[in-house]
Amino acid sequence: MNSFWAVFKRELKSYFTTPLAYVFLVIFLFFSGYLTFKQGFFEAEQADMRPFFMNLPLLFVFMVPSTAMRLWAEERKVGSIELLFTLPVTITQAVLAKFFAAWFFLAIALALTFPMVITVSYLGDPDAGLIITGYLGSFLMAGGFLAIGCFFSAVSKNQVISFVLSVVACAILVFAGMPTTLSYLSTFLPAGLVSAVEGMSFQTHFESIQRGVLQFRDLAYFILLIVGWIAACTVVLDERKAA
Amino acid sequence: MIEVNDLKRSFGPVVAVDGISFSVGKGQVLGLLGPNGAGKTTAMRMLACFIRPDSGTASVCGHDILKNPIEVKRSLGYLAENSPAYNEMTVGGFLNFVCDVRQITGKRRKAALDRIVPMCSIDSVYHQSIETLSKGYKRRVGLGQALIHDPDVLILDEPTDGLDPNQKHGVRKLINDMAKDKCIIVSTHILEEVEAVCTRTIIIARGKILVDSTPDELKEKHNCSLDQVFRRITRAKSA
Repeated sequence: MNSFWAVFKRELKSYFTTPLAYVFLVIFLFFSGYLTFKQGFFEAEQADMRPFFMNLPLLFVFMVPSTAMRLWAEERKVGSIELLFTLPVTITQAVLAKFFAAWFFLAIALALTFPMVITVSYLGDPDAGLIITGYLGSFLMAGGFLAIGCFFSAVSKNQVISFVLSVVACAILVFAGMPTTLSYLSTFLPAGLVSAVEGMSFQTHFESIQRGVLQFRDLAYFILLIVGWIAACTVVLDERKAA
Repeated sequence: MIEVNDLKRSFGPVVAVDGISFSVGKGQVLGLLGPNGAGKTTAMRMLACFIRPDSGTASVCGHDILKNPIEVKRSLGYLAENSPAYNEMTVGGFLNFVCDVRQITGKRRKAALDRIVPMCSIDSVYHQSIETLSKGYKRRVGLGQALIHDPDVLILDEPTDGLDPNQKHGVRKLINDMAKDKCIIVSTHILEEVEAVCTRTIIIARGKILVDSTPDELKEKHNCSLDQVFRRITRAKSA
């Protein structure tokens, strides 16, 4: 087993040896279900998962940074970072291993929302393609948020600070694409800039994947976002690991 | 086995290590002595590739710390100052994680664990989580982690700090037993420890090497106890 897998395995296990995983899963599953039914899942009389996916960005804005905040902040605070980086592991390996472990954990959380799929299939005849792209979009979005959280976790030793910073960063990226924000911006910004802001937002790309259309630009958006923030995290961590 | 060449490192305006050079060979136990803030930990962290020097370089077992940090980390065992570990893990889980990272698998892993666990006397806490351990046990787990791959070079930052007298004796015996076929650097400010384990001692203060000698030579030259020698040297230079 190489160092990447060793760190990945340890990290994933650590979610389940502390109460963190269970608290997260219970709260996430509760709210993802609650918000879906509250926003007229039955009233709409449509057997699809739109109401479920629609709420995820907002839920993720809080939930994902709460998983990400401990990634490096805790490691630096406790000092175990000195142990980790004096073992034969490169910074890139460690950053990627921790990121993928957290992403895998979020994937588990998403997979556990399967009762929603069962409900919808029981009630009607939903379009499977839409459900699959919906989940794919959510998974990519979780990765994007996580990369941002990972970066801010490396910035500060204090978990609360890194949580708040990443919530703000994620929220900006979500709200930038909301129709209300865009119509407000269009009152004083030229149309080109408004569409640039729209293009940078999570919301825009997430909704476009959710419609069942897998476009290159949406995938590229998420991949670039993840790679960019992870790279920034590596650089910051290299600078600050001993501080 | 360790060659240190004009290592320098500062943190902002504070110069922590100011151009130190020395070399240590097989069979030597080098005691790095110095008052608090002398730069011992920084120097050791640079050797363990945790922080990068501003200038200068060093090599461990022929591998350069700047060009080939992974090989350096493979060939040395490092015990950091407060023996950091993953607190939520059990001792066994933690040692297995270190084996995973160091790619010690199968029979070799079993042999390594069978050797290390009694050697550091951590059998009784093997299934306990690290956060529940006392300082002395934590330190021994850290030592176990540093020795598990039977490295040729050992760097131990205050290995007996926080141990009771019996445990201190145990660790010193351990170091003495390993000394003949390894190259060991120990930092400490406990002078009796230097007399007990070190074959050579370097006194540093304010990032500079003041003395590079053996404990016996020092005592002979100054004609007093090591304690007095230490005070004389570090005070005279810093005054």
